[in-house]
Amino acid sequence: MTTAIAHDAQAGPSVGAPGAPATAGRRILGVLLHDRAALFSAGFLALVLLMALCAPVISALTGHGPTAFDTAAIDVDAGGLPKGSLGGISADHLLGVEPLNGRDILARIAYGARVSFLIAASATVLTTLLGVVFGMLAGFYGGWVDQVVSRVMDFLMAFPALIFMIAILSSLPSGNRSLLLVVVISVFGWPYLARVVRGQTLTLVNRDFVEAARASGASTAALVFKEILPNLRSSLIVMTTLAVPGYIGTEAGLSFLGVGVSPPTPSWGQMIAGSVSWYAVDPMYFAIPGLFLFLTVLSLTVLGDRIRAATDAGEAA
Amino acid sequence: MNELLAVQNLTVTLPTTRGPVDVVKDVSFTVGRDETVGIVGESGSGKSMTSLAIMGLLPRGAMTKGSIRLDGAELLHRTDREMRRIRGEQASMIFQDPLSSLNPYYTVGLQIEEMYRAHRGGSRKAARKAVVEALRQVGIPEPQERAGHYPHQFSGGQRQRIMIAMALVCSPALLIADEPTTALDVTVQAQILRLLADLQRQTHTGMVFITHDLAVIGSIATRVLVMCEGQQVEYGTAEQVFSAPRHAYTRRLLESIPRITDDLPADEVVL
Amino acid sequence: MARYLAGRIAGLVLILFTVCLFTYLIFFKLSPDPALLICGKTCTPERVTEIRTVLGIDKPFLTQFWDFLSGLIAGRDYGSGANSVHCPAPCLGYSFQTSQSVWEMVVDRLPVSATVAIGAAVLWLLAGITAGLLSAVKEGTWWDRSVMNLALGGASIPNYVLALALQYVLVVKLRILPFPSSVTFTDDPVLWFQSYLMPWIVLATGYACLYARLTRANVIDTLAENFMRTARSKGLSPVLTMRRHALRPALTPVTTIFGMDFAALLGGALITETVFGLDGVGKMAADSIAKNDQPVIMAVTLLAAFFVVVGNVLVDLLYTGLDPRVRIR
Repeated sequence: MTTAIAHDAQAGPSVGAPGAPATAGRRILGVLLHDRAALFSAGFLALVLLMALCAPVISALTGHGPTAFDTAAIDVDAGGLPKGSLGGISADHLLGVEPLNGRDILARIAYGARVSFLIAASATVLTTLLGVVFGMLAGFYGGWVDQVVSRVMDFLMAFPALIFMIAILSSLPSGNRSLLLVVVISVFGWPYLARVVRGQTLTLVNRDFVEAARASGASTAALVFKEILPNLRSSLIVMTTLAVPGYIGTEAGLSFLGVGVSPPTPSWGQMIAGSVSWYAVDPMYFAIPGLFLFLTVLSLTVLGDRIRAATDAGEAA
Repeated sequence: MNELLAVQNLTVTLPTTRGPVDVVKDVSFTVGRDETVGIVGESGSGKSMTSLAIMGLLPRGAMTKGSIRLDGAELLHRTDREMRRIRGEQASMIFQDPLSSLNPYYTVGLQIEEMYRAHRGGSRKAARKAVVEALRQVGIPEPQERAGHYPHQFSGGQRQRIMIAMALVCSPALLIADEPTTALDVTVQAQILRLLADLQRQTHTGMVFITHDLAVIGSIATRVLVMCEGQQVEYGTAEQVFSAPRHAYTRRLLESIPRITDDLPADEVVL
Repeated sequence: MARYLAGRIAGLVLILFTVCLFTYLIFFKLSPDPALLICGKTCTPERVTEIRTVLGIDKPFLTQFWDFLSGLIAGRDYGSGANSVHCPAPCLGYSFQTSQSVWEMVVDRLPVSATVAIGAAVLWLLAGITAGLLSAVKEGTWWDRSVMNLALGGASIPNYVLALALQYVLVVKLRILPFPSSVTFTDDPVLWFQSYLMPWIVLATGYACLYARLTRANVIDTLAENFMRTARSKGLSPVLTMRRHALRPALTPVTTIFGMDFAALLGGALITETVFGLDGVGKMAADSIAKNDQPVIMAVTLLAAFFVVVGNVLVDLLYTGLDPRVRIR
């Protein structure tokens, strides 16, 4: 698309030459460093990540484990509500306690973050792997391979994934729920990535440089790893960064519905589910995990959005 | 006053992230009635900006200096409402890529008709008649039926004919053709050039023909303006510019053409 | 056209069949014995065997699956002799929990889900498209940046978090709305509206934010198209240029995505219906899963898949009407 404007804009001093991949990464980083929203998001994510990594340290410092009851912090006469205002926030319990059993919310948030990030990260890795492999197979070989992969993708995308995930998870034995969650999320998640990879591979295969490489006798592996995969990199980065918040939301949603990680292992969705019957009298119990979940998803989304904007701008230059 | 269009000391300044940039600097030329003036230059030389300035279609934030007079009336610094009455009615424009320049969602008949009705008003019936006539004039077979077709149902050359029909449906005094043949096959290019020349002779329309291809200019223009980096580097009759280029840039442009067409009859096209 | 439709319907049936097969297979293999579930506390081994025979789950998998499919198309009889129960087509079986006909349960609850979906769709289309359009026209301004940041935020709130937050603020603190209850429109139109308002807002928020971003991007892309330059060069009024030349190309892709989203919602907004206690298909799905009510789980899965694939075909047909470049071969 050559509009007159784009046409004559080149009349000025040459605007940002299309850089090599290495400088593109640095350029995106440069853009992000100048974006206040992106910086806040990265800062918040770093904080949550740190909490997750240091969860045992936090527990040791405060003296409250994620599953330890603290009956001293709740008021039995008030029906099990935390003592003090704001859901029992005090020097002892920095984010308050859960009603009824007095578990420390800070510790549970930190341990819950581990679960959320671990599941979302693993699901992202697995979906990316499946999506890239199947998408490239379909796009590269075409023919019946493409037909089979495309039909499977159609099928999985037509499947009522949420209902099915809940149904599977509820009927499976609750052995290793985290692993099951990753597998179930990935099985229904990869077609969305594969569809894009397939489309891009299809166009790349017919581009001059790939044909030139093919004509000069490059092996299939060389074609795939040297010519096609590097060209998919920027869209893969964008798609995966935008997928992570989705998976964190899905994990929390499934835990909220009671089919996620099994108690007493804490998870944010599960904490929110637990707060449903208390939200009218102890809103902090709901607000704290809700806020952590919202801000984490928001931060990841903002980062993904800004990275996408920066890559788009880079491709346009 | 015999001149249809008189551009004097036109300067167009665009705001960019690195401050204002003059994309057109101090350009002057005139177009007589019945005359074709060619503007030649590489992409980014400011030739498209010059034509957009005439049409009042510069991007937002653009600043202009100098003067553009059409039929004696100043076009610069008009309100958008005033410019709308001039666009299409007194001056029209055709563009490089006819497929993307036509809206894929509407029939070509409607796209010509809406322009006719915007300027002439009147009934849809009268407008349709004008549309069919315009399509017939540019050589679209079975214009009655074809008016109901969508842009993607035509060939590249036909699409450009449709653009020309649209541009001429209100019989404007000035036609600006911005690289009208660049996106077309060589044989189709020749047909479109001949169509433009024929129509001009019939309708006495003044024409500004913009291209980066000197060979095309030689066959159609009486005068030539050569632009480089926003500046006018050469301006004269086609013969002067071709036989005795004064500027080094023009000489380089001329050398890049495989054959020079100075000794050919005016309506013969060599490509 | 007829050939195309036949092909699409065959594909549709194939996908629904596969969904059936997989769902049935998984529950056949994974679920605890439903006979024990139905039998309850006062149970004898004879009674369990009897129930198994009546339900037909003593038969091998393929026979069971065949019974299910033929019941869906032609109806089936449970048990034999005087005690047999006829289940007319489309037979989805009987709930293990309440012994109700599953088909009737679905038909009963569908209006609630449809009400939730339609109300939310109206809201999110109005809000999303308006915001996106304004943002596109005012691209780069303070308004544009605020709306787009708001849209990122809105799309990041999990709907159960939003549901609880809204309920806390509007119902508990400000007392503007009553707690949602399942009333019909004809019983009490005001209470009906008040009950559905929060579910509509909760469901619409995420979609509205996505649609605002989508609309903005499409309109900006369209405004940069060459045909927009042509339209301006023709001397058309700005209103006509925008309405005719920009909006239709920009909103056509939005229409098709809307079709898919709406179809998916008709299969039940599981979380929203559960949180607000609305007796729709989504809540039925959640309840049946919690109680391991297999016939109901089968039905809701199948229903949701049905809406998605039918929606898919309808959207493709609609597209041929909206975009003249797309033709059915």
